[in-house]
Amino acid sequence: MIHRRKFLLSATLWFVGTSSLTHASVINGHMPWSPFPMSPPEFERPGPWQFFTADEAVAIEAVVDRIIPPDPETPGGKEAGCAVFIDRQLKGPYGSGAGLYNLGPFIKGTKQQGPQSPLTPAELYRKGLAGLDKYCKASLGGKAFAQLSSDQQDDVLKKVESGQAKFEEVDAQGFFDALLKDVPEGFFSDPIHGGNRNMVGWSMIGFPGIRYDYRDWVHRHNERYPHPPVSIAGRADWTPHKS
Amino acid sequence: MARKLPAKDVVIIGLGWTGSILAHELADAGLEVVAIERGPWRNTATDYPPGYVADELRYRIRHELFLRPEQTTFTFRNKMDQTALPIRSWGAFMPPNGVGGGGVHWNAETWRFLPSDFVLRTHLTQRYGAGFLPQDMTIQDWGVTYDELEPHYDRFEYLCGTSGQAGNLKGQIIDGGNPFEGPRSRPYPTPPQGQPFSHTLFGKAAHELGYKPFPQPSGNLSRAYKNPLGMRLGPCTYCGFCEWFGCGNYSKASPQTTILPALLRKPNFSARDNSEVKSINVDGSGKRATGVTFVDTDGNEWEQPADLVILSAFTIFNVQLLLLSKIGKPYDPVSNTGVVGRNFTHQTISDVTSFFDPAKFIFNPFIASGAIGMCIDEFNGDNFDHGPHGFVGGGYVGQVQTNGRPIETAPVPPGTPRWGVEWKKAVKENYQSALKPGTGVHGSMYSYRDVYVDLDPTYKDRFGRPLARITMDFHDNEIKQNAFLTDKFAEIFKAMGAKQVVREYRKPPYDVTKYQTTHLCGGAIMGTDPSTSALNRYLQNWDVANLFVMGASAFPQNAGYNPTGTVAALAFWAAEAIRTKYLKNPGQLINA
Repeated sequence: MIHRRKFLLSATLWFVGTSSLTHASVINGHMPWSPFPMSPPEFERPGPWQFFTADEAVAIEAVVDRIIPPDPETPGGKEAGCAVFIDRQLKGPYGSGAGLYNLGPFIKGTKQQGPQSPLTPAELYRKGLAGLDKYCKASLGGKAFAQLSSDQQDDVLKKVESGQAKFEEVDAQGFFDALLKDVPEGFFSDPIHGGNRNMVGWSMIGFPGIRYDYRDWVHRHNERYPHPPVSIAGRADWTPHKS
Repeated sequence: MARKLPAKDVVIIGLGWTGSILAHELADAGLEVVAIERGPWRNTATDYPPGYVADELRYRIRHELFLRPEQTTFTFRNKMDQTALPIRSWGAFMPPNGVGGGGVHWNAETWRFLPSDFVLRTHLTQRYGAGFLPQDMTIQDWGVTYDELEPHYDRFEYLCGTSGQAGNLKGQIIDGGNPFEGPRSRPYPTPPQGQPFSHTLFGKAAHELGYKPFPQPSGNLSRAYKNPLGMRLGPCTYCGFCEWFGCGNYSKASPQTTILPALLRKPNFSARDNSEVKSINVDGSGKRATGVTFVDTDGNEWEQPADLVILSAFTIFNVQLLLLSKIGKPYDPVSNTGVVGRNFTHQTISDVTSFFDPAKFIFNPFIASGAIGMCIDEFNGDNFDHGPHGFVGGGYVGQVQTNGRPIETAPVPPGTPRWGVEWKKAVKENYQSALKPGTGVHGSMYSYRDVYVDLDPTYKDRFGRPLARITMDFHDNEIKQNAFLTDKFAEIFKAMGAKQVVREYRKPPYDVTKYQTTHLCGGAIMGTDPSTSALNRYLQNWDVANLFVMGASAFPQNAGYNPTGTVAALAFWAAEAIRTKYLKNPGQLINA
């Protein structure tokens, strides 16, 4: 007798789906089997912002392009889709802090005890981006971050990083630490998540993505792996009819 | 009100490696067995298809396969006079969840502990004198010896098809293997995995320095293998998405690939998933377990009566469930009495990141498996004279780099800015020519009077039960050990031709945000004296005779190896004791 658990197909629920939202079942007699993948990935498409407001989007695109600036060989964070990646992440379970322990009391502890803030990543970005523009306008002639020159932008970010620049509503350094985690994730994660567009991050370093089988290569030492990267979505030149 | 289910002979709490082993052994003995697992059922082919499982963000960064802290977590503090705070997102270790447990997403590094590790206090006292050990160090002998466990290590390795090179076959030392290992009765079931460039280079440099390097024993298989239960595994493809991920290729030994299909064919076995045990129930005498109470994800509460209870959850959940069920006397570090929560340990891990000339070295770091690499064991356990060094313990060191996944593994030289043009340039320049073993120095952590687990006075889980509270810090002995090992490890990378070698020593205080390993050990330890151990040498609870507690929670202290081989050997050892001794005469197997 097998009572199969119900499978979650909802796009937003896959992340938490395997824990609290599935039903208990009794399994015996043989291995439970259902055809098709259990929790296939979601594909983030280009398109309108899902989390950021228009102003926030202008700011975050400017920020990601300074964290990872464009150079003659490799696009920067903006063209690579890092802002889109963060937008989709903040809209989803990461943004709401889903799955984290969120019962109080919230007490500031030692660094070794880990983060104790009740702020979700979504709230951190909302307050952090507002704080950044407010700081720039107050100290740099009324200009928002995106309106500054690249050098001015770098200068502001260095002040945020060092703790010299403070925001009113949120810990500016904490916000910057989140950026330093999230922006490279957007540059190097699989393109299905909205960043690393055309696998530019992977091409830059020579990471082949999900090539999967290197049995022919394990004994080929000190030789550059020649094949271009492959994403979970394949490669554009495999499916030219799709963008 | 809990609904009562028909009684079973055996109830198993947690269906990971040890739960699967015990379920199979006891169902094989003809008993009616039910296993209750907190997380979901997981299936090799459909839960980890190679077409999408290689997703670093989803599985490595967002922890898809692990327990969610909102389900339950722990509180943590370094010292007894601090207020412990909850671990809100995982860091230093990653508790598993679901059928297969940690066996799904482990590296599959399959080690045996040294013979001297099992008689540690006796051995060190005899060699160095009792005064050599720090006063507050509470290490103990295990009550079981390597020779007794050898057949059970062997069974686990042949269950998994472990790939490796024997170094000591029935006392005969064999070139190319680990000459320090205890004698093994048979060679590994499959030959070692192939070794990529950096791992090979490490072995060569170590050999030239006079060490005896050997391939790390791997549960990612070098070739196809059929195990004694008839399960078939395929050769590993070195895909570089192993630990933190499930293997859809049937190449990594897991309960799913080695036991569960055979177990589920037995009509006297059933499993319940998405069901969390809330308590082990004990009768009025306090000496006999009557079964367990569990709650499923729909919120239904059930009582499962059973004659025999096997507690086989993750280490610290074993300890927590004993405390919540009021089985055994809780440990009190002040009076140094009680046993449950005592001798809690983790691991002392550090790393060395090294940078080579990009014009001369192309490592292709993405070609790897979870248990790949070359290691040396000269500085493990008591394989060297500790007299001149003023510490005890040690670990293996090795180039055991498992991946080139770029979010996790894009090392840049010290002094590089954390972002911007210079950072981007350094990432690009060094990706192919930098090495970051990850857990290159795999040091022991010995036990101390003020490192323990109890119940938190403030923070609760989603059922309102107290969270387990960890009080843990590094002691001088481990810090000295780590500095010694890290320096030895760094010398080998220099000999490989690195232009820059960065030593990342493990420093106190213990930091719960920095990943080390998931090798939490102790808290419900085995031993020979009921006043200093929760379990006897057969993993049987000293107080409740029909309760056996599996897992690394039984380790009196942690050795300088990955624990799974020893965890599984102990499970087979306990299963044999139940089958050959306990079932004939249910009661305490040892009269203390």
